[in-house]
Amino acid sequence: MHELPQQLVNGLLLGSMYGLVAIGYTMVYGIVQLINFAHGEIFMTGGFGALTVWLMLPGGTTMWIALPLMLIGAVIVATLIAVGAERFAYRPLRSAPRLAPLITAIGLSIVLQQVVWAWFPDAKSSVKFPELPGGPFHIGSITIQTGDVFLLIAAPISMAFLGFFVKKTRTGRGMQATAQDPDTAKLMGINTDRIITIAFALGAAFAAIGAVAYGLKYGEVNYRMGFILGLKAFTAAVLGGIGNIYGAMIGGLVLGLAETLTTAYIADVPGMQQLGGQSWGNTWAFVLLILVLLFRPQGLMGERVADRA
Amino acid sequence: MTALLEVEDLRVAYGKIEAVKGISFTVEEGQIVTLIGTNGAGKTTTLRTLSGLIKPKGGQIKFQGKSLKKVPAHSIVSLGLAHSPEGRHIFPRMSIEDNLLLGAFLRSDKEGIQKDVQRAYDLFPILGERRKQAAGTLSGGEQQMLAMGRALMSQPKLLMLDEPSMGLSPLMMQKIMATVAELKASGTTILLVEQNAQAALSLADQGHVMEIGKIVLTGPGRELLVNEDVRKAYLGED
Repeated sequence: MHELPQQLVNGLLLGSMYGLVAIGYTMVYGIVQLINFAHGEIFMTGGFGALTVWLMLPGGTTMWIALPLMLIGAVIVATLIAVGAERFAYRPLRSAPRLAPLITAIGLSIVLQQVVWAWFPDAKSSVKFPELPGGPFHIGSITIQTGDVFLLIAAPISMAFLGFFVKKTRTGRGMQATAQDPDTAKLMGINTDRIITIAFALGAAFAAIGAVAYGLKYGEVNYRMGFILGLKAFTAAVLGGIGNIYGAMIGGLVLGLAETLTTAYIADVPGMQQLGGQSWGNTWAFVLLILVLLFRPQGLMGERVADRA
Repeated sequence: MTALLEVEDLRVAYGKIEAVKGISFTVEEGQIVTLIGTNGAGKTTTLRTLSGLIKPKGGQIKFQGKSLKKVPAHSIVSLGLAHSPEGRHIFPRMSIEDNLLLGAFLRSDKEGIQKDVQRAYDLFPILGERRKQAAGTLSGGEQQMLAMGRALMSQPKLLMLDEPSMGLSPLMMQKIMATVAELKASGTTILLVEQNAQAALSLADQGHVMEIGKIVLTGPGRELLVNEDVRKAYLGED
């Protein structure tokens, strides 16, 4: 049996990556009631944006200089694609039946995958992502892998920023109002189109940070990395209660913990020996989703629907 | 003197169904003008068109001489036209104070905003007592007060109130109508849409009776109040 504190830390780290990506699903859903299934691919393009910057830098650039530039590159690429998708793919369909934008989103995600597959050099298989310097470091009995250090720092800062933005800034309050009642938000003078654009952009920016974290954690990016991770992040958003940004963070953490702990310990349960290990991690994550949908469909922190009256 | 609001031959349609079929009226500064009529007469559609939520099919809307036709909904409030919508539509999961502050979304004069928040609390003390409470927990009448207070936060030149008495107890209705009168006395210009014809007409300088998308009768409020047709149709007398 592995050490529990270590597994908890691993779970929280993995979960905070899910949370970063989940924010994009939940923000967009909260405002336009669209499940943006292309969000996983927007996350993926963020990873390739960062990689592109790295490949353009002269060889031997230290990560201290490269990483901030890669982050900026990731955020710019993902944000531009997300805002473009909103403007040209989703906005024309805003008053169409719900199925139309949903199918558009799936189509868009295939297009993004194929574009990266076809155009990015060597993207047909996994592409090596630069590594952070230095070895793993230790806190007591807990080991933090070098690749996770970025996540450990970036995730809490991102989430604190988001909380501040939504609660304290004028645009954030405009966003809350638009999510609750778009027509009335317009009557207050809120440019709801602009708010929707900002929601897509912010979601993409957080996904891009998540993608850099992914690259550093696993040491590679690939054109399909958005699929499973996107599904997991979507699961996290539903777990937490879709539409609720704090829910997305909590849902991500819960999912990360559940996945890590089941992977580590389920084989110790009598009769479950063959269900442990890495390859079953995804299965347990989605089992958790099904359980939540069965017993608490509004999610852990979901809004009661009644107060919409 | 030109009117604050001029509506001329306004026509609005939902698909092929015309909800407003060419109505004209004006609102002068300092007046209360009311649109009365039964459900489906086109009163709410008219207000929603004035504030840009629905695009008209034809006709003219001029506010202070300027056409509103090409102005997007979110820019109309900055011209001085505030709309307290039918069914109140307060933001349920935000606090009362945040709701009021959203009414001042486009203003940046912090001190002025604080003053106006205080004024809303003076007008409706119950809101002040519960300022941190989520607006969705208020009673219908309190939500109506909040919706009116929120609309006033933009310092409008024209306040449009859609069915402020809808679904309220008689006592609460009186309170709301007294506030409307109070606002008029302090110089606010009001366009009032009501099904409660009695209350609306007794406050109004000018009243218009709407029936299935048209204005069928116009006159000073007190005259309409004693008009036989109006009494029969809207005040429940025969």
